[in-house]
Amino acid sequence: MDIQFTEEQELLRSSVQRLLRDRYDFETRRKIVASEGGFSREQWDAFAELGLLAAPFSENAGGLGGGPLSTMIIMHEFGRHLVVEPFIETVVLAGGLIERVGTPEQQQSFISGIIDGSKIWTLAWAEKGSRFDLANVTTRARREGSGYVLSGAKTTVLAAPWADYLIVSARTSGEDRDRSGVSLFVVDRRAAGLDLQSFKTIDGRRAAEIGLREVRAQLLGLEGEGVAALEAGRDRAIGALCAEAVGAIGELNAATLDYSKTRKQFGTTIGSFQVLQHRMVDMFIAHQEALSLMQHFSLSLSAGDSGLSRLASGAKSKIGYAGKFVADQAVQLHGGMGMTDELNVGHYFKRISSINIQFGDPAFHVLRYAQLDAAA
Amino acid sequence: MELALSAEDAAFRDEVRAFIADNYPAEMRVPNPETDLSKEQSLLWHRILYKKGWLAPLWPKEYGGPGWSITQRFIFEQETSRAGTLPPLAFSVTMVGPVIYTFGNEAQKKKFLPRILSGEDWWCQGYSEPGSGSDLATVRTKAVRDGDHYIVNGHKTWTTLAQHADWIFCLVRTDPKAKPQSGISFLLIDMKSPGVTVRPIITIDGSHEVNDVFLEDVRVPVANLVGEENKGWTYAKFLLGNERTSMAGIGRSTRYIGKLKQIVKAEIPADDPAHLEFLRDIARIELDVLALEATELRVIARMARGIDPGPAASLFKIRGTEIFQAITELTHRAIGNYGLAIREHPVSANHFMPGPDYGHTASEKYLNARKLSIYGGSNEIQRNIIAKAVLGL
Repeated sequence: MDIQFTEEQELLRSSVQRLLRDRYDFETRRKIVASEGGFSREQWDAFAELGLLAAPFSENAGGLGGGPLSTMIIMHEFGRHLVVEPFIETVVLAGGLIERVGTPEQQQSFISGIIDGSKIWTLAWAEKGSRFDLANVTTRARREGSGYVLSGAKTTVLAAPWADYLIVSARTSGEDRDRSGVSLFVVDRRAAGLDLQSFKTIDGRRAAEIGLREVRAQLLGLEGEGVAALEAGRDRAIGALCAEAVGAIGELNAATLDYSKTRKQFGTTIGSFQVLQHRMVDMFIAHQEALSLMQHFSLSLSAGDSGLSRLASGAKSKIGYAGKFVADQAVQLHGGMGMTDELNVGHYFKRISSINIQFGDPAFHVLRYAQLDAAA
Repeated sequence: MELALSAEDAAFRDEVRAFIADNYPAEMRVPNPETDLSKEQSLLWHRILYKKGWLAPLWPKEYGGPGWSITQRFIFEQETSRAGTLPPLAFSVTMVGPVIYTFGNEAQKKKFLPRILSGEDWWCQGYSEPGSGSDLATVRTKAVRDGDHYIVNGHKTWTTLAQHADWIFCLVRTDPKAKPQSGISFLLIDMKSPGVTVRPIITIDGSHEVNDVFLEDVRVPVANLVGEENKGWTYAKFLLGNERTSMAGIGRSTRYIGKLKQIVKAEIPADDPAHLEFLRDIARIELDVLALEATELRVIARMARGIDPGPAASLFKIRGTEIFQAITELTHRAIGNYGLAIREHPVSANHFMPGPDYGHTASEKYLNARKLSIYGGSNEIQRNIIAKAVLGL
């Protein structure tokens, strides 16, 4: 069963396609990545203008009510064009958390800034020893007056150098690895006591290590209930990352197939060699499976099915392995050209490698998938 | 069959080990020696080995080799790679040197071999072209005779470290009418010749290792032709054989597995189920290395008895590169979220890198290692060689 897109969804897809085709070609992206800031405010404004930053939000929150399926449609196209701007961080993660656990006042004051493109957000959850465990939090939050102050350190926070606000997980009670006692906070990125050390990521983005010394923050959601909110946020982010990966996989397959039909060695096109034909058939199958699972999972997200989180891990793992296989083979079949910075193939490879780290690698998620089954 | 080394060989191993420990320059112990050293720094160890007479184990004694047995050569290769020393430039020492002393004339031997040994000349390899990758015999770079010179025109690519090179050894087409393999000659070209241009190729790890080399009306003295005109393919194949023998890379893999184990220990708590997964994955790779090392020893033992190893080099290349790729992947995974970061090139202390030092080169190594199954004859080509030459398919 394939997804029958509604008219609105088709319209969204074709308008994103048109926008990116017209103004996000590979050379433009290269310039954005090489620029001082590393992302384009102009592109971001164009996304806002087209309504992409409003798409998944409910109409109550001022959005277009497109939900996870609109995210899937957008991220699939973003994956095809290797868009570096922080849609997942700002809209899916931060926006999603604010919409679900924020107070009406917080929704009112923050979501409009996301939708109009004026404010960029990100989520700071990982710590030095946390690996992929959302509950492993040592950053501490202490109540002070009507607000809180945060102290600790967060690691590999994607898009932090671009962000205006961060959502930070910090412990209000309990031991370092307890599930309960973690809370979420909104922090102004320019707040006193917040120290940010930027670095470049393998896929041409920016991230930062963040130090927090008595940084003023406001609570987002219920105190001590942050892990459940983070898990739901991760599920939605996984839906977006999977769609992005599938977009990249499709492009890699198309490029490899095209190359194999034109590149000649030993007096014939390399696509005529059976060993490479079979490889490309396996790449095709990997893409089909990944695409199907992406749709299946996004539909479940939309419906809010039970067992969603387990399926999220399943999709992250399966699509992660598919992406790794396709990316490896796409570079291999392009030969030396696949190794170059000049060709887009290597950049898809790197984005897929990065997706496979974000929120846990395929091995982590296959294990989580198994454990959640055993626990049920 | 004997697994233990003889007393003499064991003594030799200890001597090599001690020499490395006492003499390997501290200056060369940088996070990634392949990208972080200047040309001068990367030659420091070369010069030390030269002074000791150990620079070119493969070379016959009369040309400056140490006169070692096959087993001693193997021990030396193993000890130096286990210790993580940067090997002397392969293009000079393992590739063009043996071609010159095997097929070159006396004048060429006299002129080039001492300068290779001393490190005065840095060589690069002009084999691949944009249209000639796996199918090397289709080289199109043309050399046309003009009196005492050849006029060379063409475009070489993937030329490793050409930015440092004094000389390039090139496959050029001297007979356009002959069958692909029979019209090729092996020409030595001075990189300072007018008409030689080097353009960097940046790879996905951000480093500058390889280059395009453009040759436009380059005048090359006929005296720089190695062997006979149109016989270059024979020399080229001879050279490729030498290139592949060290590709099992046992020493390097063993060293990186050691590092990987430390990283896993430091990064992943023993009560995390992922810990066991990593231990299992590492153990499987260790067994792959053990089996490849045992195969290598078997081949070395046969070679010591004078038996031609045949296309064993292809097996080493396939498995050696697959194993090393798997190690770099696992290392990249082991550092978790820090795998998102990558060092900027050229490397500078001003660039901030997050996480523990041991993870700082994991991303670039992982990306760079993708080349291993492509270069030096792709692994697909190596499988074709075994299919044809061993299995008779």
